[in-house]
Amino acid sequence: MLHYIIRRLLGIIPLLIGITIISFLVIHLAPGKPTELMMQMNPKAALEAQERLEKIFGLDKPLHVQYLVWLKNFFRFDFGISFIDGRPVREKIFERMPITILINVLALIMIFLFSIPIGIKSATRRGSFFDRSITVLVFLAFAAPGFWLALILMDLFGVRLGWFPVSGITSLDFENFSNLSKVIDIAHHLILPVFVASIGGLAGVSRYMRQSMLDIIHQDYIRTARAKGLPERVVIYRHALRNALLPIVTILGLSVPGLISGSVIFESVFSIPGMGKLMVEAVFARDYYTIMGGLVLSALLTLIGNLLADITYAYVDPRIRYEKK
Amino acid sequence: MKRNKLAIFGAGVIVILALIAIFARFIATHDPTEINIKNALLGPSRQHFLGTDQLGRDIFSRMVYGSQVALSIGLVAVGIAAIVGIILGSIAGFYGGWIDTLIMRFVDIMLCFPRFFLILSVVAIVGPNIFNVMVIIGLTGWMGISRLIRAEILSLKTRDFISASRALGASNIYIILRHLIPNGIGPVLVSFVFGVAGAILTEAGLSYLGLGVQPPKPSWGNILFEGRAVLGVGWWMILFPGLAILVSVLSFNLFGEGLRDIINPRTRE
Repeated sequence: MLHYIIRRLLGIIPLLIGITIISFLVIHLAPGKPTELMMQMNPKAALEAQERLEKIFGLDKPLHVQYLVWLKNFFRFDFGISFIDGRPVREKIFERMPITILINVLALIMIFLFSIPIGIKSATRRGSFFDRSITVLVFLAFAAPGFWLALILMDLFGVRLGWFPVSGITSLDFENFSNLSKVIDIAHHLILPVFVASIGGLAGVSRYMRQSMLDIIHQDYIRTARAKGLPERVVIYRHALRNALLPIVTILGLSVPGLISGSVIFESVFSIPGMGKLMVEAVFARDYYTIMGGLVLSALLTLIGNLLADITYAYVDPRIRYEKK
Repeated sequence: MKRNKLAIFGAGVIVILALIAIFARFIATHDPTEINIKNALLGPSRQHFLGTDQLGRDIFSRMVYGSQVALSIGLVAVGIAAIVGIILGSIAGFYGGWIDTLIMRFVDIMLCFPRFFLILSVVAIVGPNIFNVMVIIGLTGWMGISRLIRAEILSLKTRDFISASRALGASNIYIILRHLIPNGIGPVLVSFVFGVAGAILTEAGLSYLGLGVQPPKPSWGNILFEGRAVLGVGWWMILFPGLAILVSVLSFNLFGEGLRDIINPRTRE
């Protein structure tokens, strides 16, 4: 197992280098130097200040040197300074990250809590009314834009019925609440966003679960189990389910980038101060260092998600661990 | 059989959408960019089928023209993705060795970026407009296609007819273009159709954020963006463009499913 983990860890090194190079190059596609843009926004600053800034950012050096300097700083969590307010990008990102991670983790929990039973039921009662309704819902969920769903829910449950707050994560008088009410208040604000964040994954994973279950049910060892006279419940939940769950672990890893991408949308719709919204604000302000930091960190989160999924997969399925490369 | 009917339904809707986009000029009842504050935020009526927005522009006409944006971005973006994906995938699959490793590693790296973050970063630099959005969606969406074509070519290139062609003196390029790509294109076609659905969703999302197609040019996404400001009042600005996106994406997905069944009978249930 340890062997496997070490091999996987070594495998991500080239990916890590690639991610940083691409992020660096993307930002340096920009016409003109970032400092020029900074100057445009703040015309009072003199040419001398611009030159000083270029020195600080190392923009007077050749591209590969700039990359190495940036990389060195990056691994010390120094992502540069935001053009908007002059604060370190690190601070801005790290104060926004917890809420994004919280919502995505909650969404993942929701996805797996609901999609696995739905998938099992669809597969075991294939062609039933339940199965067909779920199939229709899955296709609708794949086709409906998340932000549209969010707008409809906000319009209906937020504005018209007033059941849920429509923006932010806390109420105005949040400071005066007791600790328990604070938690309840945040939960109340998060219900709609988490629902919207999980809907796509819910559709996808229940579809995979159904397919995976259908594949397994036709295997010989399931026929053997039935032939032994085992009750259907044991056949499904003991013999079939365990094996059907294996590919789902991989889906968990694969769904991470989609969830993070989704954060941009639902955080903007619900005005949640997370990484996605920070990214949009940075894009509007052309705040290059924040964009670059956000881009690399989002790719890192994906990498970590994939790694965790691979390790979990190897843990639950020994065949993977012993596979020779 | 029932799935075939759904695929035909999908294809039918796509054809209707294409006709609407082509004949937008004759179908639209108003000038989609004509501002008339007196008519601001009217609900659906005989005069304005789907109501008006806060500037008094006719939503129906804006949506009719929006179909041009959705379809052209969908097709061009996925066209770009297909070209890049087919070129890189067939080179990787055919030549193998370090070239394959290099290209496939590049694919892995590109797949690490949450797509929307990457698209936003590039939009920040090149600026939002319809042309840039097409190119960016295309250049960030070719990875799946390149994997598909590579896998096809890997299994095709050991087949006898390729050896025969080589024995007859065919060049590598000839074999790739004449034998491998045409024989391996099936899964790519399917993924092309699904890709159009994805690109329509992505464009809508970008335009909703104000980082896609720029107003006053109408797109389904930016009608929704303007509808956000009148939440709870102008429900028609939110309901109808969303339905348009949903129906078109659904149709491409249904058509794609049907196409997949035709190309690969194994997936038929």
